[in-house]
Amino acid sequence: MNNNIVIQVDKLTKEFGDFTAVNAISFEVSRGEIFGFLGANGAGKTTAMKMLIGISKPSSGEAQVAGYSVRTQAEVIKKNIGYMSQKFALYDDLTVRENIAFFGGIYGLSKEGIREKADRLIEELGLGAVSKSLVGSLPLGWKQKLAFSVSMLHDPKIVFLDEPTGGVDPITRRQFWEMIYKAANNGTTIFVTTHYMDEAEYCDRVSIMVEGKIEALDTPKRLKEQFKADSMNAVFLKLARNIE
Amino acid sequence: MSIVITNISKSYGKVKALDDISFEVKPGELFGLIGPDGAGKTTLFRILTTLLIADGGKATVAGYDVVKEYKSIRNHVGYMPGRFSLYQDLTVEENLNFFATIFGTTIEENYDLIRDIYMQIEPFKDRRAGKLSGGMKQKLALSCALIHKPKVLLLDEPTTGVDPVSRKEFWDMLKRLQEKDITILVSTPYMDEAALCDRIALVQDGGILQIDTPNAIVKHYPKPIFNVGANNMYRLIESLNGYEYRHSVFPFGEFVHYTDSRPDFDPVSLKRYLESQDLSEIHIEKTRATIEDTFMELAK
Repeated sequence: MNNNIVIQVDKLTKEFGDFTAVNAISFEVSRGEIFGFLGANGAGKTTAMKMLIGISKPSSGEAQVAGYSVRTQAEVIKKNIGYMSQKFALYDDLTVRENIAFFGGIYGLSKEGIREKADRLIEELGLGAVSKSLVGSLPLGWKQKLAFSVSMLHDPKIVFLDEPTGGVDPITRRQFWEMIYKAANNGTTIFVTTHYMDEAEYCDRVSIMVEGKIEALDTPKRLKEQFKADSMNAVFLKLARNIE
Repeated sequence: MSIVITNISKSYGKVKALDDISFEVKPGELFGLIGPDGAGKTTLFRILTTLLIADGGKATVAGYDVVKEYKSIRNHVGYMPGRFSLYQDLTVEENLNFFATIFGTTIEENYDLIRDIYMQIEPFKDRRAGKLSGGMKQKLALSCALIHKPKVLLLDEPTTGVDPVSRKEFWDMLKRLQEKDITILVSTPYMDEAALCDRIALVQDGGILQIDTPNAIVKHYPKPIFNVGANNMYRLIESLNGYEYRHSVFPFGEFVHYTDSRPDFDPVSLKRYLESQDLSEIHIEKTRATIEDTFMELAK
């Protein structure tokens, strides 16, 4: 396997009864790449992502994530990736510092390691004044930026982001993406889902799932050429419409 | 006026959710409240639907006072809350029947109004609401909010978390409802949906940044705005943020939207600077401001 490939997916499939949620999808993601994983509600994105982060077993097919098999080494995968979703990210009733300590502990960091990381994170994110405040009292945008940093406490090779910016104000949304660029620039691979089509343009490559299959996969620029569209939004609408 | 909001304020402890808000919505208008989570949109909806009493100020909906005439409002307003609030363990048809009965009407009586929308979920009328997909839940919720033929429709973030295809369908439905003389107040965090409204209010932190038609809001953007592209997005943003003459730098799809602080900005000087930062494939071109640009300029 090429050392630069950090996610390799081969005919990955998930069936629920007679319904095929994910239908033999195959693709690769390289080190330091920002990979956009798009699709309509119900297209199978979440199911596919669950298999890749090791919490759902494929019905057939295989995927290697950070060099480990999702079929046989799911526990090792969990140690080598970060995960953050819009729905669950941090504990609202713990303070900023407590959340960092809690997740640092889960990821197996030492006490000193946690303290160092916490100090650095709080400074970088400008959270000094609120480090002892409950996370629940912070604006959503701050929470999401903190959650992203927390998901990378253990310096994972890959971070999975499931709609990380839903409902976040436009300025914070961009600051969030600047953090993503920075992480990718440092070699972390970013696997991200979003419903904001302008964010799809920020990705190095984008895949679009329709009814369990990957119907398109390329750079945003080439997808726009291929579908003769002037934006990713138009690409998305064309693909989904054609299927109906 | 269909909705009149006069100096409405509401606080939760120390947090000012709404700070002295006033605006009006005309009959038949499709009016958008555009702003992120925490702007106060839901609080305003709850006050207008009589579920919450404001600390100060007055509001009327369909001519009725939200405090004194709350019962009349409930009869004349359709409300779709942000969180799915139908009965998950009733079927599609049972939910719709339930809401029709509560308002003293029947599905048949107002079927005309909901036909376009309900037809799409009718094949699943025996399915429990909890088992529907996101897009279908949204259509059922809208049908239930319409079944008593309200004069005013209040929709709190109906498209949040919904994919672009279903979002577009939903807005097409709203346009058709508007033709049936229903006034619509809708909130959304998606700035691209703002362009589909007759007028919009940009809201943030409990206050209104601006109210106008989408066209006028974009036209009033104060500075020339440029699309800037280069071979490496991350380093481009860093370089622009480090440029002494920058006014604003925001990633926008494949480009960065850039405004300069100098009145006599010459793109050539920016190009030279970016080249000195080892960037290549530099592309600078004037572009038009969007509602999101305006929002960010006002919110800065």
